Amino acid sequence: MKQIKKKILFGEYVSGIGLEKALSIKPEDVIKEIKDSGLRGRGGAGFPTGLKWEFAFKEESDEKYVICNADEGEPGTFKDRKLLTEQPEKVIEGLTIAGYAIGAKRGFIYLRGEYIYILKNIEKAITNLKEKNLLGENILNSNFHFDVEVRLGAGAYVCGEEFALIESMNGYRGEPRNKPPFPTQKGFRDKPTVVNNVETLCFVPYIVSKGAEWFKSFGIEGSTGTKLFSVSGDIEHPGVYELELGITLNELLEVVGAKNPKAVQVGGAAGICVAKKDFDRPISFQGLPPGGSIIVFGEHRDMLKVLKNFLEFFVEESCGQCTPCREGNYRLLEGVNMLEKGNCSYRYLRELLTLCEVMKTSSKCGLGQTSPNCFLSILENFKDEVIFR
Amino acid sequence: MNREMIDIRIDGKEFKVEKGTTILEACKMAGINIPTLCYHPDLTVAGICRICVVEIEGMKTLTPACAFQIERPVSVKTNSPKIRKARRINLDLLLSEHYGDCYTCVRNGKCELQSLARDYGIDNYRFPSVIKPKYEIDNSSYAIVRDQNKCISCKRCIRTCIDLQKVGALETFGRGHSVRISTALNKPIAEVICINCGQCINRCPTGALRANDPADFIWEAIDDPEKFVIIQTAPSPRAAIGEEFGYPPGTSVTKKLNAALRRIGFDRVFDTNFAADLTIMEEGSELIERLKKRIVEGDEIVKVPMITSCSPGWVKFAEHYYPEHLNHLSTCKSPQQMFGAIIKTYYARKVGIDPSKIVVVALMPCAAKKFECNRPEMRDSGFKDVDFGLTTREMATMIKEAGIDLKDMPEKDFDHPLGLGSGAGLIFGATGGVMEAAIRTVYEIVTGKPVPFKNLEITPIRGMEGVREASLTIENTLPEYRWLEGVTLNVAVAHGTANAKKIMDKVVKGEADYHFIEIMACPGGCLGGGGQPIPTTPEIRMARARAIYEEEKNLPVRKSHENPELQQLYKEFLKHPLSEVSHKLLHTHYTPRGKYFFVG
Ligand SMILES: Cc1cc2nc3c(=O)[nH]c(=O)nc-3n(C[C@H](O)[C@H](O)[C@H](O)COP(=O)(O)O)c2cc1C
Ligand code: SF4
Ligand code: SF4
Ligand code: SF4
Ligand code: SF4
Ligand code: FES
Repeated sequence: MKQIKKKILFGEYVSGIGLEKALSIKPEDVIKEIKDSGLRGRGGAGFPTGLKWEFAFKEESDEKYVICNADEGEPGTFKDRKLLTEQPEKVIEGLTIAGYAIGAKRGFIYLRGEYIYILKNIEKAITNLKEKNLLGENILNSNFHFDVEVRLGAGAYVCGEEFALIESMNGYRGEPRNKPPFPTQKGFRDKPTVVNNVETLCFVPYIVSKGAEWFKSFGIEGSTGTKLFSVSGDIEHPGVYELELGITLNELLEVVGAKNPKAVQVGGAAGICVAKKDFDRPISFQGLPPGGSIIVFGEHRDMLKVLKNFLEFFVEESCGQCTPCREGNYRLLEGVNMLEKGNCSYRYLRELLTLCEVMKTSSKCGLGQTSPNCFLSILENFKDEVIFR
Repeated sequence: MNREMIDIRIDGKEFKVEKGTTILEACKMAGINIPTLCYHPDLTVAGICRICVVEIEGMKTLTPACAFQIERPVSVKTNSPKIRKARRINLDLLLSEHYGDCYTCVRNGKCELQSLARDYGIDNYRFPSVIKPKYEIDNSSYAIVRDQNKCISCKRCIRTCIDLQKVGALETFGRGHSVRISTALNKPIAEVICINCGQCINRCPTGALRANDPADFIWEAIDDPEKFVIIQTAPSPRAAIGEEFGYPPGTSVTKKLNAALRRIGFDRVFDTNFAADLTIMEEGSELIERLKKRIVEGDEIVKVPMITSCSPGWVKFAEHYYPEHLNHLSTCKSPQQMFGAIIKTYYARKVGIDPSKIVVVALMPCAAKKFECNRPEMRDSGFKDVDFGLTTREMATMIKEAGIDLKDMPEKDFDHPLGLGSGAGLIFGATGGVMEAAIRTVYEIVTGKPVPFKNLEITPIRGMEGVREASLTIENTLPEYRWLEGVTLNVAVAHGTANAKKIMDKVVKGEADYHFIEIMACPGGCLGGGGQPIPTTPEIRMARARAIYEEEKNLPVRKSHENPELQQLYKEFLKHPLSEVSHKLLHTHYTPRGKYFFVG
């Protein structure tokens, strides 16, 4: 696994080829191509994209919607911003193909509030694409109409969760809902809706024009394609990297110029914090979680402080509706403060570990289900440092 | 239509359920008890307390039983180490954040959180617990008291206020751990558009919401030998207070209650149904007058449909949401207020007691009545017409405090002359009752004959449907009502302000071709009032309604205008409906308030 130079998203792109190809075949065939490619969502949950589209395709409804999730609120993540700034046409093309595949005539880009400065860029791209008849009425004379609108987010991390996003677009408080029903059944305005991450959508034009087989030549079995990583922390070259899935963490650290790091947070704040012993594990949907951000911690970092930062983030960013997440994150943070002061007993620490388990099994959405990961992994991997202080 | 049936398994046993049934409902049918906190049968599902979690085979995470609708065959486990751990820890998390001073809490013994803690054998706090209250108690309202220290963020109140009542006085404030369930902009509740219906109290699982209890002042008045303390009891508390003493829902205890009230020390026990009959006389006459002005004189200023005004929750709702349409409301005060005004004038004079020494207590099913009796408009007798509005729950506590068990009480009658109420007054307690009572009287005034319904039971407007409509053609009118001959009277009934809104939106658009509308703020009418015993469910409200209709069947007087004590009142004092005295004492006006904040 050393072909780390192969690129897709940062490679060549010609606007419209993928869309033209898609419109020349049946929606079912577009979906089949995406399914065959093994593309999995890049927004965090890693759900197979083709399958999601198929669910929405099969729903009977007068209206359907596709939404591009550009809420990117994860600390240390800026990959979607890069894609939207540099090639908004690509995102919109992916969204248009998604619309065609499931039978939606309208698409939305839910843009993180802080990214308002890219708004003009995106709107310009929309105008350009309309002029080229790649968007709007009767696209490329195919009788397919599709329009895209941008909605600005409310500035909450949880609004990146697909149902919170939909609720916020519906005009309510951005809070996750119980599933089922899933957005593909009852989403925006209660109609079947597909929500996809910016990056996921960017792969779509390539897969449609170059084929599933070509896409599968990147990555490994079960984790096909490449992935963008926003890498930050104690490294020489922070930035967004496109790397094949299945690459080991060591290989990645080499590329970004990490000098003898102590710990790496993979998979974003919701991911896990790994120590040296795990650096040779591959990053994939089966291995270390391939979320958007990777944060590298050098030898001098205090892991308890690191943990505290993550938990402060979750305490603040939980939407606060369900018990395990609202109260649980607060209790974990409280526990860290006790550890800091040296007055957390073993017995109580065990209670907190049980709490983590319960948060994972009984929280309403991904936030509460994954927020204990940092606590669990830092306690496990840096026990000596954080407990015996 | 036959609904699709789905095979499921619960704890290894097989069942068939209708598609769309929730796991919670399925478990209930299977006789398995799932603990809940944020769930309430009257409300939309939130699925946020995570107490009701169960395991579905093949799923990694647990599933809230209240929120999961069965659409495919599933195998459910309701008891496993994983489930018990989750329920227990989530309960511990709530308890640790909760300021639990149970013995000084109104909900002691009737609190869902407390009983869960008991059922789960909780004997210590797993997490560091709150030892001092964090929030100030919001005591700004005559009706509702909010104590956020006891709030567990289940949002039942918010869902009640928004979904069931379409008011929207409560909302979620903040995010994450600092989330609070509060009012719009976190203002004192008296300064937001709360209509005082108290429905949120009835659905709060804890003591975070309660009514503003005047019991101490009432005891003081009773203990004061100078004071002559009169209590009037409304029909709904009588059909429900038994629940506080271990009677099953739907047991009417009117006569035992009379005995208990005398034992407590009230000087007179009167029947609000008497005043309900008075309301019917005034309101019925007002309706006829409005119709006449409209039909005969073509007066466009007089508003039809006329809408009832005896539910103070509804009145305040209208003042906030329909300030431009208040002239549709009857000018009649509610029975509670009419009664107060009559007691402190007519009755005081009749028995020769100084009205300033009289204290009128109204036993009501209602939280909004507390606000109503404090309105500045409600002093037409020259005094505060009604001094205190007391809820059914508060009355039960007073009775218990006096060491009385209702079950042991003999059956006693009301005092007279204001102690006789007709059946028509009695059914005021149930949604549709005012309309039925009014029709019985108006029809008979106009035609000289009783309504053409078997047993006087106007069944089309009975029941629990949110909005009900009926039409009645008036025939064979008496000579002076010829102008009504052949007119078809269209009426509508709505209960719960969400349903009121449906009707009012039609009225606003001019699409409502009704003549008369009854609106009650509370689901089920007064019997589902915000001061009634907790819990409340559709079944409990139905049982209370049955109790009221059963009792009314057997009453000797069943039409308001045939109430002899009322006839006496008109003869000796008021002269006739809508007389000058009536207008002064029994009618009122409303305050346009608007949808946004107000102070006062
Ligand atoms: C708390 C939370 C925050 C999330 N934030 C984002 C986000 O910023 N962007 C994103 O694409 N997905 C985010 N997700 C994942 C979305 O819910 C959803 O799974 C995703 O947008 C689906 O797109 P995909 O299938 O293309 O990955 C978040 C999930 C959770 C639980
Ligand atoms: S897990 Fe957290 S963010 Fe998700 S619904 Fe519950 S409280 Fe809100
Ligand atoms: S709300 Fe319930 S648990 Fe809390 S103090 Fe009151 S009775 Fe006790
Ligand atoms: S009393 Fe009624 S209007 Fe006021 S907050 Fe409660 S439910 Fe809403
Ligand atoms: S006030 Fe009561 S009903 Fe409202 S959220 Fe708090 S505990 Fe629940
Ligand atoms: S009762 Fe089901 S989650 Fe609260």
